[in-house]
Amino acid sequence: MTGETSAPPPTGEPPRNGEELTEAEANARLRTLSRRGFAVAGAAALGTLLGWRWLLRQATREDDLAWPLRRALQTNREISEALFSPRRLAPTSSREAVGVLRPNGTIGLKDADFRLEGWRLQAEGLAGGAASFSLAELQALPHVEMTTEFKCIEGWSTVAHWAGVRLADFARAHPPPTRSGRRFDLERPDDAPPYLSLETPDGEYYVGLDTASALHPQTLLAWALNGEPLSEEHGAPLRLVIPVKYGIKNLKRIGTLAWTTRQPADYWAELGYDWFAGL
Amino acid sequence: MPRLVQKHSLATRWFHWVNFPVLGVMVGSGLLIYWANDVYRVGVGGWTLIRFFPDWVYRLLSLDHGLALGMGWHFAFAWLFVLNGLAYVVYIVSSGEWRQLVPRRRHFREAWDVVRHDLGLRKEPLPPAKFNAAQRVTYSAIVVMGALITMTGFAIYRPTQLAWLTALCGGYQAARFEHFWLMMGFVAFFGLHLVQVVRAGWNNFRAMVIGVERVDAPPEAPAASPAPSEVRP
Repeated sequence: MTGETSAPPPTGEPPRNGEELTEAEANARLRTLSRRGFAVAGAAALGTLLGWRWLLRQATREDDLAWPLRRALQTNREISEALFSPRRLAPTSSREAVGVLRPNGTIGLKDADFRLEGWRLQAEGLAGGAASFSLAELQALPHVEMTTEFKCIEGWSTVAHWAGVRLADFARAHPPPTRSGRRFDLERPDDAPPYLSLETPDGEYYVGLDTASALHPQTLLAWALNGEPLSEEHGAPLRLVIPVKYGIKNLKRIGTLAWTTRQPADYWAELGYDWFAGL
Repeated sequence: MPRLVQKHSLATRWFHWVNFPVLGVMVGSGLLIYWANDVYRVGVGGWTLIRFFPDWVYRLLSLDHGLALGMGWHFAFAWLFVLNGLAYVVYIVSSGEWRQLVPRRRHFREAWDVVRHDLGLRKEPLPPAKFNAAQRVTYSAIVVMGALITMTGFAIYRPTQLAWLTALCGGYQAARFEHFWLMMGFVAFFGLHLVQVVRAGWNNFRAMVIGVERVDAPPEAPAASPAPSEVRP
């Protein structure tokens, strides 16, 4: 449309860029272009509006996401899993950096009949079936300490010091079943069931994890926070600490953990949050 | 005699108008997320001038109690925002249009003249150009801000996997702070842009839809034409 040097175009052809026109020619040309341009713009705006309203209607429950948004979260998870190593460590801090961790929620901790003394960790879906463990038995396993930044999905974060047993070490001592039938090997996590489910003793709060995140070297079954045994509000006697996930996955007062082949229910995912919730 | 001059290419117009609703979704869903921990304010010590945001703002915009919803929208539409922005940058570079857009040293000086001109404090007309010095500075700055808000966004989104990026931003909370204020910058840009578009009038706005602008001034004499590098075919 530009740069031509030939004679003026015959009548009916659009004028060249920057060509001097009569008032009538200019107005006629602007009318043609405006009709076309605003028709496309109007159609695009209408399409956007209809698409928006359609998307808003795709939530099947009031407290869940529309399925295309749910699908996008799932795609984001797949992109993350394809690009990133599931063993990458969350940055650690010095112990001086610890802050005061907000308890931020008592779901699953409200059972008035719960007694610390009688507590045992129920483990299900192990290679040898179900088993239960006292805190002392868990503390007899090799344990670790770490100082990491706890990140709440609300947006705040606090550096905290934890002590506990790596879930991976627990799995080594009390292995899950494998598809191959061989003994579970940490180097072959794909051989284990793909998911781990955890819930509070009263079943009110429950969390699902992908096995790669569950076996991450910083995923702990923790019994101490900032050098003190866990307080009740922080999930005594044993809680999950998983720095590669938002706080919502860091379940307090673990009652049961179970290896499973189906993606487990997750308290916050049922309320519209990302099931994966990885960091 | 009037002339019709091609001002914005079809590609530029699509990038612009796609970005408009996408940015709206990003800001709206971002505020839904921010609401859950709305800690930023302007003030000194214990004295607060303004808190971001007063409750009536969330209520007015219906942006309260929607963290999960906000995250769902934000992490879906972020891809559109990033891809549209990347496509725009690739286009602007490969088409050579960046030459009319990227400010040179003198434009930073002249931008101040434009500001005074627009406020009615300077009477001399602005030198003719597709984009004046202030437009060059702001339209380029907004692209840089787009890159920064993407970077800080990823730093918040995957602070373990992209720990190097989060560290580059000064940490997790620093990245969140930067992301918020870049958003405020985008909102401020949008407000100013809207005012300037209204001031510039219909011919200018129409050019963003149909691409063509009506020009009534005679074509410039060759001597007054811009430097060769700025001439478009």
